[in-house]
This record gives sequence, structure tokens and C-alpha cells, in this order.
Amino acid sequence: MPDQERLTQAIYAAVDELNEQLPKGVRVAKSLDSPLYGPGSNLESIDLVNLIIEVEEKVKEAFGVSITIADDRAMSSQNSPFVTVGALTNYVSGLIHDYESN
Amino acid sequence: MIMNQTNQQPVLLVTGARKGIGEYLVTHYVQRGYRVVGCSRKAAAERDGYRHFCVDVTDEDAVKQMLGTIAEEYGRLDVLINNAGIASMNSLLLTPTDTARTIFETNFMGTFIACREAARLMKKHSFGRIVNFATVASALKLEGEAVYASSKAAIVTFTEIAARELAPLGITVNAVAPTPIETDLIRSVGAEKIERLIQRQAIKRIGEIRDVANVIDFFIRPESDFVTGQVIFLGGV
Repeated sequence: MPDQERLTQAIYAAVDELNEQLPKGVRVAKSLDSPLYGPGSNLESIDLVNLIIEVEEKVKEAFGVSITIADDRAMSSQNSPFVTVGALTNYVSGLIHDYESN
Repeated sequence: MIMNQTNQQPVLLVTGARKGIGEYLVTHYVQRGYRVVGCSRKAAAERDGYRHFCVDVTDEDAVKQMLGTIAEEYGRLDVLINNAGIASMNSLLLTPTDTARTIFETNFMGTFIACREAARLMKKHSFGRIVNFATVASALKLEGEAVYASSKAAIVTFTEIAARELAPLGITVNAVAPTPIETDLIRSVGAEKIERLIQRQAIKRIGEIRDVANVIDFFIRPESDFVTGQVIFLGGV
């Protein structure tokens, strides 16, 4: 599995980039429990799109791998990887692992 | 007027830049002070103000790599002109599946991939102008062009929806739909057929590349920031 500390930092860097574009009231806290989608989240769908793009870019910078987060598997998963920062981190960790294994 | 190149000058990417309309647009926008980047499957001469990439627009990794290079070296992308396209005139009953697939790959998938990757770069500056290529063949329901016209009809719907999705990012998406123009694309179409087609236009003359450039000029000017999701058909079709 990829270095979890490095991955978390990459995800948080993406959250920082997103927060710069958001008004104070809806910014995402840098915590694995922070909601991104569904109850408890104030993000608009375009904000989530922006976050996913930022995460893909930060992962490429940190790990040198090009991942596609919003693929069919993610969109149809019963446990959505977009519910919280932690769920997204776990999903991205799996994508990096798959990429490095192939 | 050719201006000295500076980092403040807008960057414009045109696909299918080696010949025909693309080649014309490269010169047109270099002369207007853009830093122009182009791509095509085959090599083309570079010159002051113009950089060329050998990239097939259906090759996702290659397009991503090209946009990555633009991001690194220019730091911005202001305009994308999705000019790359192919046509194949044939009876529906005789069109090989591979031909149909190739046309959709280049005309639709190529436009989709370039739009997606370009918009990711454009959104960093909350500004972008994307111009896609449709065709009058869709509106005229042109026999013999079922697959080509369908691939371009898809571009119209794609343009209209992309305009809505990208508007919050400061990116406009429009399309120009040319009439027949003297390029390789219509080389195999008979003169009589072209004449019949022209007779169905409101303005009955063959199109010129400057007609296309004129519409693109309008779409990409800064003042056109309230114009998106539009398709302009040339010749009054």
C-alpha cells in the first residue's frame, strides 16, 4: 500500500486548494471525518468535482501516478468513496495500490 | 501585427493544426498576438509564436501529456479550438464498422478528451474559451454523411451541456458549423453534390476559411463572456 502519511498530506493539500475557492462557512476541515457528500456536507457538486481534480493532481505530484477517481467503480459503489475525506483517502489508496501492482 | 512574445499573452491550442482550416488558424492567431500551440498526427514546421506537438487527439495519454507540457511551459491555456476532424462519405449500407468507429473516435472522443483536459487547466485562471466544430451536414440531413453528421450532431449536444457545466468556472463553450470549404475534408465529394449543397444555403457560395475564423474571433474575444452553448451555422443554414 502507498505511504499513508504522504497520501493524507496530498489529500489535505487538495482540500487546501479547494478551501481557497470556498467561502468561510462551507470550507472543509482537514480531518478524515469531514463530510464531503450527503448529510453534513455544505459542498456543491461543482466543489466536489474541483476537489477530485485537485486530488488527482496532488497524487500525481506526490506519487507520480495518474489515477482516475470518478470511474464506474466509484460511481456505482454501495459505499461511496465521496462521503468523507477518510473514505476518499481509502479509495485513492486502493487506486494507487492497483496502479503500482500493474 | 505580430507582437513580441510575453508571458502575458494568451495561449491558444488548435487541434488538427497541420493543414486546412487548422493551418490557417495557426497563422491567423499568431498574427493576432497569441502564443499558439497546435497538434496533429504528423509533424509540422514550428516558427516564432508557434509550437507543434505530434499528438493524435484520440490518444488520451498523449493529450494529457501535451496539456501537462502547456501547463509547465506556459502556465495557462486561454483558448482551445477543437478543429481536428475526419469525414468519410459513403452510403450507410456500405459503411464499414471500423470507419464509423474511427470517425466517432476522432470527431467526438477527440473533442471530449481535449475539452476535459483543457478545462482542467483553464479553470486555474477562471477563464477559458472552447470552440468546437459542428457541420451544416447535420442540419441539412445530408445523404451519404450519416456517420459523419451524427458524430458532429453529438458535438452540438456536447457543446450545449459542456457550456452549462463549465460556466461556473469562467469557461465558455461554443461551436461553429461550417459549410463546405475547399479543404481535404471534401476532396472526395463530387462537384455536383457540393453545388447542390450550396443551393440549400441561404447565401449560395462555397465557404472560405476566413468565414470560420470570423466566428471563432467572435467566440473567443473577452467581450463574449456572456456567449456560451451556441452553435453558429455558416451560410444561413
